[in-house]
Amino acid sequence: MNFDLTEEQDLLQETVRQFAANECPPGRVRAIFDGDQGHDPALWKGLLELGLGAIAVPDEYGGAGLELLDLALASEVLGAGAVPGPFLGHSLAGLALLYAGSDAQKKSWLPKLASGEAIGTVAFAEGEGRWQPEDWTIAGGATLSGVKAHVPFGAHADLYVVGTRGGGLALVERGARGFEVEPLAGIDRTRRLSELRFADTPCEALPGGPAAAARVRDAGLVLLAADAFGGAARLLEMSVEYAKTRQQFGITIGSFQGLKHQLANMAVEVEPARGLYWYAAHALDHLPAESERSAALAKAHLTQVYMQVARDAVEAHGGIGFTWECDVQIYFKRAMFDRAFLGAPAAHRERAAALAGW
Amino acid sequence: MDLAYSAEYESFRGEVKKFLSSSWPLQGAEAKLPGDQKAALFRGRAIDAGYLARAVPVRYGGSEQAPDVLKGQIIREEFFRARAPGDLAGIGPSMLVPTLLEKGTEWQKEKFIGPTIRGEVVWCQGYSEPGSGSDLASLQTRAQIVGDEWVINGQKIWTSGAHIADYMFCLCRTERDAPKHAGISYLLLSMKQPGIEVRPLRQMTGAADFNEVFFTDARTPADWIVGKRGEGWIVSRTTLKHERNMIGDAANTVMMFGGLVELAKRALRDGRPAIQDPSVRQRLAQLEGYVRSHQYSGYRQLTKAAKAQEPGRIGLMNKLVSTNLGQEMAKIALDLVGDDGLLEPAERRLGAPRENGQWIGQFLWSLGSAVAGGTANIQRNVIGERGLGLPRDAAAQRS
Repeated sequence: MNFDLTEEQDLLQETVRQFAANECPPGRVRAIFDGDQGHDPALWKGLLELGLGAIAVPDEYGGAGLELLDLALASEVLGAGAVPGPFLGHSLAGLALLYAGSDAQKKSWLPKLASGEAIGTVAFAEGEGRWQPEDWTIAGGATLSGVKAHVPFGAHADLYVVGTRGGGLALVERGARGFEVEPLAGIDRTRRLSELRFADTPCEALPGGPAAAARVRDAGLVLLAADAFGGAARLLEMSVEYAKTRQQFGITIGSFQGLKHQLANMAVEVEPARGLYWYAAHALDHLPAESERSAALAKAHLTQVYMQVARDAVEAHGGIGFTWECDVQIYFKRAMFDRAFLGAPAAHRERAAALAGW
Repeated sequence: MDLAYSAEYESFRGEVKKFLSSSWPLQGAEAKLPGDQKAALFRGRAIDAGYLARAVPVRYGGSEQAPDVLKGQIIREEFFRARAPGDLAGIGPSMLVPTLLEKGTEWQKEKFIGPTIRGEVVWCQGYSEPGSGSDLASLQTRAQIVGDEWVINGQKIWTSGAHIADYMFCLCRTERDAPKHAGISYLLLSMKQPGIEVRPLRQMTGAADFNEVFFTDARTPADWIVGKRGEGWIVSRTTLKHERNMIGDAANTVMMFGGLVELAKRALRDGRPAIQDPSVRQRLAQLEGYVRSHQYSGYRQLTKAAKAQEPGRIGLMNKLVSTNLGQEMAKIALDLVGDDGLLEPAERRLGAPRENGQWIGQFLWSLGSAVAGGTANIQRNVIGERGLGLPRDAAAQRS
């Protein structure tokens, strides 16, 4: 019985934390947030050099050969730093290839994703809350026709894993025939979105797609839950820090019980919930019977906590918290992303209820 | 991360199971004894086998086992599964005994610990007073040395079990001129004496589990003091720490959630099981996120304790988390029992199941846990100040 991280896992988090502190401090986050691209190739290259392009991919394909929990731990730290970039979609594209790809597909693409020679992403959403494999309607085959919404860094990706009817997964390459990418004004400018349009676009199915699509989705739910935990924990720290420095009526505002209790309530929402994403990540690799439901509950819970804590953090910062220049708004928008991407909390709670046989 | 127990621990679990299968329930003539005698007999054997009273030295009646949090957990799991009596709950074994082990004199340990863990004597706790609740250190009950005895005058309140207790551990003001906290001593006294009057307090559940206790020249020997004069506040902190652990146990919460899901399957809405109602499904799944958080947070604290690491500030949050969960479950349950919410817990009409009454009782009780052992708002102060490092409240700083 050991429900804690190993020394290696602590070290992994510390390494990414140090990197983010040095290479992506709040000023850099703001600059990228306000920039045209939402993506900084030098920053992304640094993350790839740390191995973050393929943590959970076996070393024979150029990955670090670790587990989903390790990938989620990295996601938590990137969430805490609000680090912009294609980590989420790139990780999921790699996992899709790993879980569902043929040997040739894995050999051809995984090393490129690991090294950063190619950026990967996933195209699942079809609008109106349709994110799940059973919701996908675009017919698979030799070519694809149709529209996919809300694709992270669709404008920067080289390889797209597209969800098709019946829970299939298909690869489309950048520049393929009849393939258009239209950037969207996404609310979270650290994770830019695009809409994809396919018209008889050549594609290549991943043979294990229908069997593995749900697992890819579940991995995505866990990464979002981990990001949400990291972001919420950071917002709590920022709010506590502000309450310790800001003075009114001649004393530090953190000594006022009204604010103190609000901060205590935030801490009680955030701190105990860490294990929820740890457990769900662990379950994906080790407890298959529980993994789908654990991922659904973790995503629903942690992204809702993140959203509420983000609202509380704006209040705790007072007027400055409502400004564009305050970092809280960047986390607030990441919370909005985490909450909605791959389906809202209510959708996953209903799935969890059904999976329990309720 | 490994959620299984190692082979060494699984083999220990096997020993516990083997002990239980041959020892509980009692067989033959012993099976016909009254319940409390059966439990006492079994507890004695479980102590001899090293499964109960593990932290208590043999010379005081315990089994004196090397500290091992995981073995403790396995024993609790298996005893629970076998419905066998575990370590006695209650304020004596869970609060006084650890305090005596840490701060008591040799004769105090010899006299009190054995009978307390065997359930031969029952304790109550004399802390709160009418004017001293959250601000406990302002307490006014006085004890003065007269000859070789303490003479005690004053009043305590919310004293659970005072009407059945043999003894009380009690905070009294003994140093008239000392500053607030430094004027308090921790005394032990007999409840069976003329200077003590116990009056029941009926709580909103209708039952009377706690009391007011009035002291009029009540007496206790001069050496029935734990720690030195004026150290009572510090001694009592040892005890409160143990109470917080006791209340914060996640296993109860997980079990209660299971019961709530069963209630939702059984309760009807528009002639169909309530659990098919989308709003009920949402509320339960949302609640399950909190229940599981609490459960896994317990796993992590268990892991840290097994490695002799401090839990960190999460340890300050357990009580509030568990209170919040108890209240949310009670609110959902009240919605599920529907019209039965019009009836007292014990009333049953038209075939309403007994469990519905228990949930109504829980709806009332869940408020008690928000107050007992430090109110939820005091917990928030503690989390804010000790956990998050926020400055102390200006008013509290002055006193």
